[in-house]
Amino acid sequence: MIHFTDVYKRYPNNYEALSGLSFQLDAGEMAFLTGHSGAGKSTLLKLIALIERSSHGQVLVNNQNLTRLPKRKIPYYRRQIGIVFQDHNLLHDRTVFDNVALPLIIAGESHREIGRRVRASLDKVGLLGKERNLPIALSGGEQQRVGIARAVVNRPPILLADEPTGNLDPELSRDIMQLFEQFNQVGTTVFIATHDLDLIQTLAYRQIILDSGRLAEKKL
Amino acid sequence: MIQNYILRHLQVMLFSLGQLWRQPLSSLMTIVVIGIAIALPAGLYVLLHNIEQVSDQWDDATQISLFLEYEMSHEQGINLNKKLQSWPNIAQSHYQSSTQSLEEFRQLSGLGPLLDSLPTNPLPAIIIIHPNENDLRPDAIGSLLSRLEALPEVEQAQLDMEWLQRLRSLNQTAQRGISILGILLSLSVLLIIGNTIRLAILSRQSEIRVIKLVGGTNTFVRRPFLYTGFWYGILGGLMGWAILLISLSLLNGPINHLAKLYGSQFTLHWLSGTLFLILPLTGLILGVLGAWLAVSKHLSAIEPQ
Repeated sequence: MIHFTDVYKRYPNNYEALSGLSFQLDAGEMAFLTGHSGAGKSTLLKLIALIERSSHGQVLVNNQNLTRLPKRKIPYYRRQIGIVFQDHNLLHDRTVFDNVALPLIIAGESHREIGRRVRASLDKVGLLGKERNLPIALSGGEQQRVGIARAVVNRPPILLADEPTGNLDPELSRDIMQLFEQFNQVGTTVFIATHDLDLIQTLAYRQIILDSGRLAEKKL
Repeated sequence: MIQNYILRHLQVMLFSLGQLWRQPLSSLMTIVVIGIAIALPAGLYVLLHNIEQVSDQWDDATQISLFLEYEMSHEQGINLNKKLQSWPNIAQSHYQSSTQSLEEFRQLSGLGPLLDSLPTNPLPAIIIIHPNENDLRPDAIGSLLSRLEALPEVEQAQLDMEWLQRLRSLNQTAQRGISILGILLSLSVLLIIGNTIRLAILSRQSEIRVIKLVGGTNTFVRRPFLYTGFWYGILGGLMGWAILLISLSLLNGPINHLAKLYGSQFTLHWLSGTLFLILPLTGLILGVLGAWLAVSKHLSAIEPQ
């Protein structure tokens, strides 16, 4: 599902964030991406989300070669990926419903379909009663759930998360991880960047560990 | 699917209007500025249009006086008059013999006894010609005048409309001036709307990034801003229309008073119906265009980080 082959990422200031990185994530797999800060986790996710492009090497996602994907096709490519951010990236002047509906509105879904899927998605993250609230009225954990609901509402085959539990206490973090596991159980490929090592030690998933832009170690 | 598409557009349209509504003061200020910029050339155009109408009325008064040679007999004069009446570009002509001219002059001048003392009648016979309405353009009148002057029976052909021509060309100059002003003010409307949209884009940068991250195309991101320009334009146009009507109604009283002093039935043509269509339409076009310029310049620079 996600296939990196000898990928380099060099920034204009000559800083090399990724150096010859190769790894593969199978369809339906769930894995963690770890490593100290500055190891290249964010860069790696940005390459998958096509926020950045690799300087060298090949990135294949869902059978698409991202190195060759033309710019105008990027929006359509991104609709296959749900992204969860550490700081949620919610629109604060829109209700929870409207936030979650955004990917569906963009995709041009019908009004009825949007209502149905948004409610299903909010139900999954346990926020069905709060669809009329503004994000500001929710707790940090709830805001993160809204972010997750938005990421999965159009049922993408891949779910990326960048430090999704970064601002949450351990208990809320466990809840969030359980949500990711649930999505993985219905077939979604889940890839989570985190430095919450305590939490992921309790979970039996593959860890892809980065060290200075290189693969450090894989273990199951 | 098409139904969906239209519905989506309507939603964005109302959403954009709602955003203007949420900042009533700054929106209103922008709309008033656009309104003034649109009302100014339109108002000048209305005034010019009215001046043209007045000068068109005066065209009926255009006449050519033919002074005939002294040697012409009464019959020759009458024959010439008949001949002229058959010319296609002459609507009407009227022959006045030298005796009649003398009689008229006697009445108008009050110099009766002096004229009686003259051995011969010093006045020529004249033919007064009203040109055809379609031949009132300066060049047509000019060629008619030279053809009349070339007639052997005619001593002199005189046209008393030079001042009308001057008014016309003054009018044309004013029209050119208004066109230039209109273009400049249209440009300023473009810039005003462009700048307003630019600020709107900058204030919503993070939102644009999020939309692009969840797969929003440039078209999708662009749409609400284009509708914002659409609203600014159309509301600015309507505001311009209102400003114009208020200004004209303030002018109407004094103008009627002035017309009455000249014994004229002149009333101001407001053109309110035409302008009600044209001003908002102009605003709309300028609004969408200005938004488009701002959006195409600034939107592509905002990418997820």
